[in-house]
Amino acid sequence: MTTIRRAGDHALLIETGSLAASHRLDSFLRAHRFTTFDDIVPGPETVLVVSSRTPYARLHQQVTALLEEASLGYLEPSPTGPGSGAGVVSPQPVEVRVDYRGEDLAEVAELAGMSVEEVVSRHSGSEFLVGWLGFAPGFAYLVGLDPALHVPRLRVPRTSVPAGAVAIAGPYSAVYPAASPGGWRLLGRTDLRVWDVEAEPPSLLRPGMRVRMIPV
Amino acid sequence: MMEVVSPGAYATIQDLGRPGYAHLGVPRSGAADSRSAALANRLVGNPESAATVELTFGGAVFRFAAGAWVALTGAPCPARIRGRFIGMYAPQWIPEGGELQIGLPSSGLRTYLAVRGGIDVPPVLGSRSTDTLSGLGPPPLTPGTILPLGITNDPITTDYAPTHPIPQEPRIGVIRGPRDDWFTPQALIDLCAAPYEVTQDTNRVGARLSGHPLTRRHPGELPSEGMATGSIQVPPSGQPIIFLADHPPTGGYPVIGVIRSPDLPTVAQSRPGTHLHFHLLP
Repeated sequence: MTTIRRAGDHALLIETGSLAASHRLDSFLRAHRFTTFDDIVPGPETVLVVSSRTPYARLHQQVTALLEEASLGYLEPSPTGPGSGAGVVSPQPVEVRVDYRGEDLAEVAELAGMSVEEVVSRHSGSEFLVGWLGFAPGFAYLVGLDPALHVPRLRVPRTSVPAGAVAIAGPYSAVYPAASPGGWRLLGRTDLRVWDVEAEPPSLLRPGMRVRMIPV
Repeated sequence: MMEVVSPGAYATIQDLGRPGYAHLGVPRSGAADSRSAALANRLVGNPESAATVELTFGGAVFRFAAGAWVALTGAPCPARIRGRFIGMYAPQWIPEGGELQIGLPSSGLRTYLAVRGGIDVPPVLGSRSTDTLSGLGPPPLTPGTILPLGITNDPITTDYAPTHPIPQEPRIGVIRGPRDDWFTPQALIDLCAAPYEVTQDTNRVGARLSGHPLTRRHPGELPSEGMATGSIQVPPSGQPIIFLADHPPTGGYPVIGVIRSPDLPTVAQSRPGTHLHFHLLP
C-alpha cells in the first residue's frame, strides 16, 4: 500500500520508495491528472501533487482513486511504460556533446586517483537518467554517474558558473542551464541549450529521460 | 503607461505566479500575499490574475502618463495623489500626469498596487511575476522604469472593500507533516509552546524564524522532495524557515508542518521582529 503524506491544505506527498517508481507514477499522474492539479513534482522516493483550489479531502480522494487505477502496474517496471524512457519522453537518449576541458578536471582526476583521460571516458561512459529537477529552472540531477567519479562538491562554491557547464558532485552530474553560483566540479562545457523559456516545454531534460555525454 | 519615480525599499511585479513548471525546477512565485493582490485587482475591475506591483515597506512614487484607476491593498500606508490623502481598499482615480505617493506602512510588510488594465509587461512561462530565486520575469523595479498598462472592459463594481487588519501578534495554524516523524515528539510541542520571531533574513523565498530549536529524531539526510508553499522546513540548525512564493520547488530538509493556507498571507505580511504564535490543527 502506498503511503500518502499530507502536505498542508492543498498538497500531498506520495511515497514511491524508488526513483524508477517515482518516474512511473509521475508519468501516470501526468497522463491521468485532474485538470485542477497545479503541479506534479517527482523526487528520488516521492511524488508531490499540488492542487491549490481543491480542498484537501477531495484532493486525497482524487489521488487515492488515481493510485488504485495505477496499481494495475505503475510500481512494476514494464518494457514500454514510463521510466523506461517511453511515454511522455523519447526512448532515445539525449546526446550532450561535451568539450572536456573543465577547470576542475585535473583535480577530479587526482581525487578519483586516475588519469584525466579515464575521468572523461568514465563520465562519457556513464548511462545517465534525469532523476528530477531542482536548484534552478532546467537544472536536472542526472543519476547513473560511474561510482569511481563520486567526489565531494567544492568546499567554497564559485560565485559564477557559466551556462552549459558540465559538472559532477557526489553521485550526480548536471548541465548548468544558466549562469549561476555553483559548488559542483566542472568537467567541461556543452553548447547544447538545456533551458529556453521560449520553448515548450522550456526544459530539454525532463524526469525519466536518458542522457549520454559525447566527448568532442 | 506609468513611470516608477521611486520603487521604495524593494518593489516587484507580481501576479498569481507560474504553476505547472515545478517539475522543471521553476518556483511558483506570484504575489507573496495573493489574497491582497487579488483584492486590489477586483477593486479596479481587473481579473484576479492581472499583474500588480508588490511594494516591500512602501515608500514608492509612481507617475501616470494618462488618467488611471488604481487601488492599494495589503500593508496599510498613507498615500497621496497631488498632495491629497487617499484611502486604501478603494478604487481611486489618478488624473493625467498625476503622481501617486505612497508612504511607509504602519503595520505589515507588503502593499499591492493594482492599476486598471493590469501591468502589461511581457509574460514569461505564462506569468508576469518577478521570481527572485530564479530570476525569471521582469527585474525588480528601479527609478525610471516605464511600465506598460493593459486594457480591460470589465466594469468597476466595488467602491470599497473591508480592510483585512494585520495582527500584531499573529496566530498561525499548522498542519503537521509531511515529515513530522523525522522530529522528536517534543519538537511539535516546542513549535507551538512559545512564539518564533521573524528575522531580518527574510524575503520572498522564505520567512526565516528564530526561536526554540526543533530537534530531529533522525540525524540522516532526507532525499530531495517536492515542497508546498507554506512548508516549515527545518535545516540542521533547528531554526525553521517558512517557504513563501519564490521557494525552491524541491528541498532536502524535512518539513515538520505546513501553514494553514488562509494564514499564509499573514505570514507574508509579518515584518522582521514579528512574533508568530503557532498552533497545531487537528
